[in-house]
Amino acid sequence: MSRVEVEGLRVELARSGTPLVDDVSFSIAGGEILGLVGESGSGKTTIGSALLGFARRGARIAGGRVRIDGTDLLALAPRELARRRGRLVAYIPQDPTAALNPALRVRRQLDETLAVHAPRLGRSARAERIAAGLEEVGLPADAAFLARYPHQLSGGQQQRVTIAMAFLLRPQVVVLDEPTTGLDVTTQQRVLRTVRALCSVHDVAALYVTHDLSVIAGLGHRVLVAYAGRIVEEGPCEALFARPAHPYTRRLVAALPDIAEARRLTAIPGRAPAPGAWPPGCPYAPRCEHAIERCASPPPLVATAPGHAARCVRLHELPDPEPPPLLVVPEPDTAAPILRVSGLEAAYAGRRVLHGVDLELRPHECLALVGESGSGKTTLARSIIGLVGDWQGRIEYAGAPLPASVRERPAAVRRELQFIFQSPYNSLNPRRTIGDSIALGIQQFFGARGRGARQRVADALDAVSLPPAYAGRFPDQLSGGERQRASIARALACEPRVLICDEITSALDVSVQAAIIELLAQLRRERGLALLFVTHDLALVRTIADRVMVLHEGRVVDAGTTAGVLDGSEQAYTRRLLADTPSLPHPGREPLPVKTP
Amino acid sequence: MSATLQPVATVAPRRFGGPLAGAWSHPVTRVGAVLTLAVLVLSLVGPALAPHATTDFVGPPFSPPIEGAPLGTDYLGRDVLTGVLNGGRSLLWMAFASTALGVGAGVLLGMVAGYARGLLDDVIMRCLDVLYAFPYIVLVLLFVSLLGSPAWLIVLLVAIGWVPGVARTTRGITLEVCTREFVEAAEVLGTPRRTILRREVLPNLTTPLLVEFALRLTWAVGVIAGLSFLGYGVQPPASDWGLMINENRNGLAVNPWGVLAPIGCIAAFAIGTNLLADGIGRTLAGTDRAVGRP
Repeated sequence: MSRVEVEGLRVELARSGTPLVDDVSFSIAGGEILGLVGESGSGKTTIGSALLGFARRGARIAGGRVRIDGTDLLALAPRELARRRGRLVAYIPQDPTAALNPALRVRRQLDETLAVHAPRLGRSARAERIAAGLEEVGLPADAAFLARYPHQLSGGQQQRVTIAMAFLLRPQVVVLDEPTTGLDVTTQQRVLRTVRALCSVHDVAALYVTHDLSVIAGLGHRVLVAYAGRIVEEGPCEALFARPAHPYTRRLVAALPDIAEARRLTAIPGRAPAPGAWPPGCPYAPRCEHAIERCASPPPLVATAPGHAARCVRLHELPDPEPPPLLVVPEPDTAAPILRVSGLEAAYAGRRVLHGVDLELRPHECLALVGESGSGKTTLARSIIGLVGDWQGRIEYAGAPLPASVRERPAAVRRELQFIFQSPYNSLNPRRTIGDSIALGIQQFFGARGRGARQRVADALDAVSLPPAYAGRFPDQLSGGERQRASIARALACEPRVLICDEITSALDVSVQAAIIELLAQLRRERGLALLFVTHDLALVRTIADRVMVLHEGRVVDAGTTAGVLDGSEQAYTRRLLADTPSLPHPGREPLPVKTP
Repeated sequence: MSATLQPVATVAPRRFGGPLAGAWSHPVTRVGAVLTLAVLVLSLVGPALAPHATTDFVGPPFSPPIEGAPLGTDYLGRDVLTGVLNGGRSLLWMAFASTALGVGAGVLLGMVAGYARGLLDDVIMRCLDVLYAFPYIVLVLLFVSLLGSPAWLIVLLVAIGWVPGVARTTRGITLEVCTREFVEAAEVLGTPRRTILRREVLPNLTTPLLVEFALRLTWAVGVIAGLSFLGYGVQPPASDWGLMINENRNGLAVNPWGVLAPIGCIAAFAIGTNLLADGIGRTLAGTDRAVGRP
């Protein structure tokens, strides 16, 4: 019998009865890791928390069964549920900084869990369990470590503490909600390895909720694909990613950048339906290129192979997907650099973060700046744009040295060098319309007002494929991808020659990221823009960049053409980054390191 | 917060009628608006509706409700209803004027301090700290006892009293807003600082400032009514709610209306403005914007 059995789960908004998740059934065996993949709004987190018998505020679990080891969680009284939660099922959250109490030392943090859920254990027995638990996740259990506060730990250590806490009570099931989202690839790899080892050693069933297909490809045994609150496909990991059956899964896999080959990323047109706006039949039909009349009625679960099934009526009629076209690697550009940085030293918050960085960007080229968090890549980008004024060295634009601060720079430079920020949720003023935000640069650099300005705003929106009516909308009426397009439109309205992009797709879903990358490639072709693309994602670099610079602890440790660095780097650091970057399995290549615990 | 945000669910574009339209759907806002409006209308058109002149004697002192004086008479035998209808105008305009002045100045100083930081920030905030350290009511009493109590002086003193607190709140929010990327996006363009404050920062302060304004308005009504009660402020024979409470408190047992009616008006206004601010604040802060809300 399976450890976890979920049948016909339905979660809806308490007030209106609008379903958030409907008709979800799956099972997990002991020691198995089941991946739950979906984009934002797919209901994956809602399904994950339903496994704890919990629905977030405003929502309620309206139907179905969640059985863990034969106990129906949903039938338990709230008090009984709370009492048994830690032992039956444990939760590992996305953000450990929010999950750990900042005022408690590591010892208290862990001890409390035991004291509440295992009151019969004595003080010394608890201390032993804590020491053993920390050892399992690769953390020291000495007094010095136990006396630390959460802020004295690194992000990876914090996440290991929450993992240790979850496994402390030897639960039957753990739910992991994107536990590696904020971590560097190397740390992520270590955390994933720990999770996998713990699940198999203690025979724990795990539900791993994530938006990142390549993470689950290296970690899970089976995968569920969620779309608009329902499961559209399920199957064993290798089979599902090698031969995705559902049209949605196919597009999702095609949207994922590949670290091995530069293929064109294809975005999924349209947007996922919001709860309450679900179409009556197949939820994906409105965006599906293969949709026919029959898709208007709910599709059955059709098996393609043992254990592999998808909800699509046309499953056996669909043509085999063609791999997206390979991108042609352009000849290296030999024009004089438009931007040149030499010997840059910069400090942030009193600490030296850049040590003698040199960089050259030629017109029309895309240079990727890669590094883990703390490598100084963002400080470098912000020094170039003039937001960090505290640097020494030399930054030249079009042959002329630039003053440190953006305010001292001539208007022409401010216009031609544009910056796009990381978070689409923060970079547009929530109280001004999109048109207003875009018009700011237009008014300053072209003196255009009234109709002239409106025309330029409409042109900029058109360049990023947003309808002109969006000028009158507020940011909260746009999806994340649309907001990032609007941010790009704001930069384009200034008619720049160089775009500096600081992790601009890291907060976006893969299908949306594909659209933004495609847009940037198109803008480069049409307008001859030079791009400085700051990222931590090496797979993305393969698709977008001509040249790569790898930054580590404020120094450039590796630089060269994209193929040169990604395929044949001599640098140990680059090779380690490459090895730790999760990626979809490729036939004929070695299995990912995390697969072998 | 982790660097990678959990993106919000894609919601269908909703109709946007401004935050005020959203606030209106809260019962709290409606009750607040009705109360505030009722007291405002009462004090504005009241003088025209008053059955008697403010100086007319209509019966013996402290008589309970009688024919021609539905709320009875005050300590001199004047109509209480006439007093209530006439007594709000001066109180409310002084409260509004002083609050607008004080909040305006406080916002300006707080925004400049929060955006500039460094030396200017220190100078502005330390000066305001000195003002803060002074016992406020003592300061007001000192000035009115020295200079008398003309309306402009009371407005000015109350306004000055609001500046340090408002500036402090504003500075705090400005610091937070200035770390957001849309402010940096304007910096990158080299937008003049004044424009950044006006276009990017100020619109993001409206929520807490509306709440602040309503709160200060309530307190201003209290302070000004209190000053009238103490004899500073509007002088007899003019009608004023604060003054009425003081004059009629000796007859509380005989004709309680002389005290209860003006207190009721002040309380209704205070509660009304607070509820209004609360409703608007909740909508703007988005704490009450559940997914299912239309």
